[in-house]
Amino acid sequence: METAIEVKDLVVHRGKKPVLHGLSCQIPRGSVTGLLGPSGSGKTTLMRAIVGVQIVKSGTVTVLGKPAGDKELRRRIGYLTQAPSVYADLTVRENARYFASLYDGVPKSQADEIVADVGLADQANQLVGTLSGGQLSRASLACAMVSKPDVLVLDEPTVGQDPVLRDELWKRFRDLANAGSTLLVSSHVMDEANRCDRLLLIREGRLIADATPAAVKAEAGHDDLDEAFLTLIRAREKAVV
Amino acid sequence: MKPRILGNTIQRILRQLRHDRRTVGLLLVVPVLLLTLLYYMFPDPKLPLVPPVFDRVGLVMLGIFPFVIMFLITSIAMLRERTTGTLERLLTTPLGKLDLLFGYGIAFGFAAAIQAAIASAVAYWLFDLDTAGAKGLVILIAIANAVLGVALGLFCSAFARTEFQAVQFMPVVVVPQILLCGLFVAREEMAGWLQAISNVLPMTYAVEALQEVGKNADPTGLMWRDLGIVAGCVVVALVLAAATLRRRTA
Repeated sequence: METAIEVKDLVVHRGKKPVLHGLSCQIPRGSVTGLLGPSGSGKTTLMRAIVGVQIVKSGTVTVLGKPAGDKELRRRIGYLTQAPSVYADLTVRENARYFASLYDGVPKSQADEIVADVGLADQANQLVGTLSGGQLSRASLACAMVSKPDVLVLDEPTVGQDPVLRDELWKRFRDLANAGSTLLVSSHVMDEANRCDRLLLIREGRLIADATPAAVKAEAGHDDLDEAFLTLIRAREKAVV
Repeated sequence: MKPRILGNTIQRILRQLRHDRRTVGLLLVVPVLLLTLLYYMFPDPKLPLVPPVFDRVGLVMLGIFPFVIMFLITSIAMLRERTTGTLERLLTTPLGKLDLLFGYGIAFGFAAAIQAAIASAVAYWLFDLDTAGAKGLVILIAIANAVLGVALGLFCSAFARTEFQAVQFMPVVVVPQILLCGLFVAREEMAGWLQAISNVLPMTYAVEALQEVGKNADPTGLMWRDLGIVAGCVVVALVLAAATLRRRTA
């Protein structure tokens, strides 16, 4: 399978503290990859490095054959930050249309469609500042997906969403991957991990697992992903000691 | 810079402003209220040979208000872009740094043009402001000054992490310029070192340009030079602001 994102020996320091210690992984094109790990494990930092907004100490990140952050990539990549980043004093539709207008050949109608896709059709004319927390993060998600980018990096897109909506969002992610996009989605929720093609588990800036959900379960000998990860982490710690 | 993205960014900023009716109201009304205070502070001497103080002070204020107000709203608007993460998101899109900076300059410059037109209209027709030169030049200088405020606001917002800090830049950046621009004490009467400071502050030139319009029927060379200096400062401030926008951060 073709590789969309390749990370090699990535070292990132934030302040004086090392956050990623020589992390390497490959993400295949047209897939949904789940990025899992506790808070502070380096998920967001890895995503920022892939998007090209993170200063890296050493190592390389290649996205679609170009170094991360390359000018050429800016029209092919979409990024959802963990905190919603939309304009509170614009309506949902105005936000989506503005972000759509930054890309060549993305019509307004596509912005309106995406707003409906994330379940905000009824709130399209509402100011973003008046939305609930869950609606706000979906408005932000709409702006990240609006250009239907080749690579979509989503930092906790489904936090605080109701289960029905979460299910629908995951179907949308799957549709995008089926259409050829590459998605990297971070999450805390293990039942979401089961919906990914591949899983990356990171802990304290190191990769613990990089495999399909089935392979992770098989290796750990657990059918439950939570348990499986726990087993892998313990095995790893023993190996290090 | 891409004209389409620049145009859409200008529209977006104006749309944000339009949704905020109270800010629009304040932008348009506050200068007029302040001019009114000023007008009644200096009663008309009604002596044929003594020009009313308002002709001198009111004229200069038409240049100072847009500078102060645009500096404040721009530094807060840009700080919001930074703190809410929209800036980081924008910098991952095809938008260029100059699209964003010129977007703010042009959008707020447009708002300032309306503000300056209303304030000047009130000053001329309600308060009988008298200038030897053209009213249009007064408005032009006021707009240039507003854009200067925008450019400095864009630059200074990089040094503030919170809104509390951002508003503190107002006294730091704006007040010395008002004190030393020649409004309170004529520049020639200032101590040498104060004059030296005054010489490097852009507001000095904007005020001098306005005074030239007040005194002379036709635009003078000095006025055009001063306007050129203000425009030059705008460009320098925008370039410095562009240098503070980093696509990659730690």
